[in-house]
Amino acid sequence: MPIDILMPALSPTMEEGTLSKWLKKEGDQVTAGDVIAEIETDKATMEVEAVDEGTIGKLVVPEGSEGVKVNAVIAVLLTEGESADAIGSETPAAQPKPSEPASAPADSQPASAAVPAAPVAASVPSDPDIPEGTEMVPTTVREALRDAMAEEMRADGDVFIMGEEVAEYQGAYKITQGLLQEFGARRVVDTPITEHGFAGVGVGAAMAGLKPIVEFMTFNFAMQAMDQIINSAAKTHYMSGGQMSAPIVFRGPNGAAARVGAQHSQCFAAWYSHIPGLTVIAPYGAADAKGLLKAAIRSPNPVIFLENEILYGHTFDVPKMDDFVLPIGKARIHRAGKDVTIVSFGIGMNYAVKAADELAGMGIDAEIIDLRTIRPMDLPTIIESVRKTGRLVTVEEGFPQSSVGTEIATRVMQQAFDYLDAPVLTVAGKDVPMPYAANLEKLALPNVDEVIAAVKAVTYTA
Amino acid sequence: MAPRKSAASPSRSGAAKTTKTRSAKTAKPVIGTEIAEFDRDQEIAAYREMLLIRRFEEKAGQLYGMGFIGGFCHLYIGQEAVVSGIKLAMKDGDQMITAYRDHGHMLACGMTPRGVMAELTGRQSGYSHGKGGSMHMFSKEKHFYGGHGIVGAQVSLGTGLGFANRYRDNGNVSVVFYGDGASNQGQVYESFNMAELWDLPVVYIVENNRYAMGTSVSRASAQTDFSQRGVSFNIPGHQVDGMDVRAVKAAAEAALEHSRSGKGPIILEMLTYRYRGHSMSDPAKYRSKDEVQKMRSEHDPIEQVKVRLLDNGWASEDELKAIDKSVREIVADSAEYAQNEPEPDPSELYTDIVL
Repeated sequence: MPIDILMPALSPTMEEGTLSKWLKKEGDQVTAGDVIAEIETDKATMEVEAVDEGTIGKLVVPEGSEGVKVNAVIAVLLTEGESADAIGSETPAAQPKPSEPASAPADSQPASAAVPAAPVAASVPSDPDIPEGTEMVPTTVREALRDAMAEEMRADGDVFIMGEEVAEYQGAYKITQGLLQEFGARRVVDTPITEHGFAGVGVGAAMAGLKPIVEFMTFNFAMQAMDQIINSAAKTHYMSGGQMSAPIVFRGPNGAAARVGAQHSQCFAAWYSHIPGLTVIAPYGAADAKGLLKAAIRSPNPVIFLENEILYGHTFDVPKMDDFVLPIGKARIHRAGKDVTIVSFGIGMNYAVKAADELAGMGIDAEIIDLRTIRPMDLPTIIESVRKTGRLVTVEEGFPQSSVGTEIATRVMQQAFDYLDAPVLTVAGKDVPMPYAANLEKLALPNVDEVIAAVKAVTYTA
Repeated sequence: MAPRKSAASPSRSGAAKTTKTRSAKTAKPVIGTEIAEFDRDQEIAAYREMLLIRRFEEKAGQLYGMGFIGGFCHLYIGQEAVVSGIKLAMKDGDQMITAYRDHGHMLACGMTPRGVMAELTGRQSGYSHGKGGSMHMFSKEKHFYGGHGIVGAQVSLGTGLGFANRYRDNGNVSVVFYGDGASNQGQVYESFNMAELWDLPVVYIVENNRYAMGTSVSRASAQTDFSQRGVSFNIPGHQVDGMDVRAVKAAAEAALEHSRSGKGPIILEMLTYRYRGHSMSDPAKYRSKDEVQKMRSEHDPIEQVKVRLLDNGWASEDELKAIDKSVREIVADSAEYAQNEPEPDPSELYTDIVL
């Protein structure tokens, strides 16, 4: 049977083109790869190569024709032993191929195809019960993080940690103290200062089935590794149709420390929470730091674990249990109240807690929700609280535009509008790069008074 | 095609010898200068393998032209000897990873033409269930780790595969492909540094096809001898005639042995050429037709094998035609399959985002 040569699409967006020149004439022999015509698209002149071997039986579209639609028959190729008589006289010039293949490409489908609804998030289990009489051990966040890693490394030989100064120096912020001594250099790996490179090496190792913990000395430096985190780690599971994944934890201090200036002081919670495929955790207290880091290491997904340098030295009670693991994606009611809901996470909780204490003295009973996980976000817990209080204030240190708080405000507006008795207010860092001067830095960060003012505003209290 | 510079030139081996004590002191031939001896069966197998890649790519180009394949589609035509020769030297368990000119690599790894083509057309039965496309395909079973769309990212990832091999001490080697364009990405050198520092079993394959999209190597690279890009990390490197599948196999065998034996990474620069544009929408006006024609007529990797088969009396024209016919049938079958399989169910939109 003669082979139809069709007007090709030569770019992702081409719909028609000009057949500017035939380089073969009827009766010419061609083999695969021979250039037979030149076609002008909106962007360039392209050569069309023969894909099959044969004799040009007929040039259907004359050269110089404009507006030739993609997939129109432009010529007919005769294979061995065929004559031009075999060409059907009905072949229309410059018309789309009459018989569309059985299953046409997607763009020919009706545009109204319904977008399926996003699946409802599975309910996340609550925190494990802590048996009565369990000893509570005052522990710093620093020790809790180290204990979490050590326990998981003891339990699973595929878990290892890599990063700058994690081994011999014992961690730039001493989070990995003692790990080298216990687990050796094979599993506690000092890297060169090469974030983009070692983030990629970590993701590659995870794709091969290991469970890396990659420590960034701070998340400011992880911007060098952003491509590997977003394009390689977060998307691999989806792009591979579920065949491959990247069970990796990227962890380190996030947000402002003190007086380190603009390049070392910013919160990335909102950035990472934008990306499907990533889990984003930002604990406040030591027990959450431990239980959630253990969960992150066990997670089969890439996890961004945002710590805070200032919190490292703070002491909290941690239950003394053999295997204390917390659920990812579950917020925690830090303090119950009835007049207003304050949602925060990480170091933002410091402002929230102090504000709530002062507000109590003014007769305002605030409920504080510690988000703990930023993505997936535990919206049900927030909404349940808003239904009770009717008022919502969010608190975070990050920049105000497209922040975690504005995301919460949007979703609460959409899903609990009728329960709101006041606009949602967001307390955040100021919309400026972090200044160095002590007084300006203090002004750039949120403060307890701003939280109190916001709560007074939403509760219409003078 | 002869390497532009002799792999055994004094200046180059001099540079290599300053690197630790790693360069072989034995009388072994310099990697890149050897040609593997192929018997009849090996020649036939190589011919068939490369022909499958070429015909598959031609068909992919055709389906692209018909609108069945969308987006970006980068064809491997002209470079078939590189992945074919290297795969011949790899052992089961060795991993392969590359960028987006990846169809040939997948076929060489033993992934099915149907599954690859159905992914190109965005169908449910494609390797990524239609959610990856030409540039993003994987097969855990065949140890093919993608299929990556960001130039150079696969070099760090592939180094991580090597890290996992060393961590597990499993004797496997990670074979990492990238192009002359990716050679100028910073993370390539970050990876080189760690690979050598930690003696990772990684073989870096630079497929130098002379053009990074439309920019020739001389317009983009201060050092155009990509085999020497590891010198400052003490990584040995060699240039290889990437149009001769036998030369590729010989070099790959030596390089794999080097890395497998614990000597760390090694770089092979494959001097090759792509006949088609960078992607389907590239008219390739940055080079002359004569240049392309000269490569096709004088250095074609498939034609070279064909000539040897005929000259040695190992196959007749008819036998070769029969191979061509069976390859065309496989490819036609994959195209038919890929056009008729269903698109992914709309519910797949939300699957496989997280585990």
